[in-house]
Amino acid sequence: MSKNIRIIPRLDIKGPNLVKGIHLEGLRVLGKPEHFARYYYQAGADELVYMDVVASLYGRNSLHDIIERTAREVFIPLTVGGGLRTIEDIKNVLRAGADKVSLNTAAIKNPQIISEASRKFGSSTILISIEAIKQPDGRYLAYTDNGREHTGLEVLEWAKRVETLGAGEIMLTSVDMEGTGKGYDIELTRMVADAVSIPVIACGGAGSVGHIGQVIAEGKADAVAVASILHYDFIENNRVEVDREDEGNVEFLESRRTFSKINPANLHDIKDYLHKNGFQCRCNINQEMVSGHTA
Amino acid sequence: MGTPHSRLQVAVIDYGMGNLFSVERACEHAGLNAIITADKSTIMNSDGIILPGVGAFGDAMDSLERKDLIAPIKDFVEEGKPLMAICLGMQLLMSESEEFGQHKGLNIIEGSVVKFPVKNMEGGKIKVPQVGWNRIFQPSSEDPTYWNESPLKDIMSGEFMYFVHSYYTVPSDKGAILSTTTYEGTQFCSGIRRRNVFACQYHPEKSAAEGIKIYKNWASATKSKQRDGL
Repeated sequence: MSKNIRIIPRLDIKGPNLVKGIHLEGLRVLGKPEHFARYYYQAGADELVYMDVVASLYGRNSLHDIIERTAREVFIPLTVGGGLRTIEDIKNVLRAGADKVSLNTAAIKNPQIISEASRKFGSSTILISIEAIKQPDGRYLAYTDNGREHTGLEVLEWAKRVETLGAGEIMLTSVDMEGTGKGYDIELTRMVADAVSIPVIACGGAGSVGHIGQVIAEGKADAVAVASILHYDFIENNRVEVDREDEGNVEFLESRRTFSKINPANLHDIKDYLHKNGFQCRCNINQEMVSGHTA
Repeated sequence: MGTPHSRLQVAVIDYGMGNLFSVERACEHAGLNAIITADKSTIMNSDGIILPGVGAFGDAMDSLERKDLIAPIKDFVEEGKPLMAICLGMQLLMSESEEFGQHKGLNIIEGSVVKFPVKNMEGGKIKVPQVGWNRIFQPSSEDPTYWNESPLKDIMSGEFMYFVHSYYTVPSDKGAILSTTTYEGTQFCSGIRRRNVFACQYHPEKSAAEGIKIYKNWASATKSKQRDGL
């Protein structure tokens, strides 16, 4: 008896725009995050993640309006991260409409914020984001600021510690694989998923639906964050509006090219693939009856 | 959606546990006027109350007691007015909980609150809390009208809802069980219906369109109660 795996579109946000990079760098503008969020919600996303990818660098958080607009029409859990430093920051993001927050830099600088925040808002509200980079000697170390700042912390030790401190979930990103389309870091995911009792969300690297199946089966991921595969599918099938006055590289979007390492798929494709391969996940039960999937 | 005057006023009980804004937004979406409050007279004058909650059972009961909210909630239910209890709120309705030692609950529904086992039948590790989507089923022994006249009306048995919890309720009277769910081999009570009380372990406000339907159904039931002069 296995449990239902969550598929979580991850939307990286810079200013007013949805962006996507490679190794969390070289950000390309893809469109308006709210439009992607609404589309993913209607298509059957299990949760959503908004990450303000430049907030840590500039110490700002411009997400509030986007969160408010999203929370009015999207009734699935929304996690927000990027640049949250204090209990007050967390409170403000929750008030704007987030259901959970994701912390990285703040937690590494001051681990006590994990226990304080989980006591105040409930463990299930506090998700710890771990950005891992594999070292030449094979060890995995945790980084902050989109993989730029070295912390010296071993990923495994840090993961166990955040669980003890009261984190509700871990979002584990392989910076090495992120945006490459080469697949998730299976070794990293499995190492952490086996060591903790809280759910682990695998993040970074999906280039095809097969990669998602692999990180569930071999990596033991409890949930999977997906970005490029879904975003490129959205762009192929929708007219995209971009805020041109604002920051960001829009050349990619205007060229209408897709990144060759990515095989776009929508949420239905992903869940259909998972069902056919014996994984359980939430689906449209009316459709399920027609197509004959069983529980 | 009606005018503000025709809207029902619902008190979302604020006892300092968890994020109430998503409950408030779901109410608005269902055409209810939600007020997040810990004020006794506001609660007593509402058309319905919602007892939400995330966190630890003991802390929650302490907080309800400190804010002097235990009697108002029980009185409200006693008057036959509608109560919806969600997640930890559902657990608080029970007589007692084993969470971090024994704690007394509101005792509105007779029964207890217990924790998921940490290992399954095969000895494998189970992730607790359960975080994510799972199915709610109508118990086979249940009279179908029990479901169809509840806020689960028009929702199919087997539908997915969003759960976040480590503990679950065990009502003494199995007849109070509205729906069951199975997590890692443990079948538990995921919904309760008892007269004017509806309780669910999942978060309907986070369970997409089918979850919002529960709010809408509860809102129309609350509206007809009000018409009946309750």
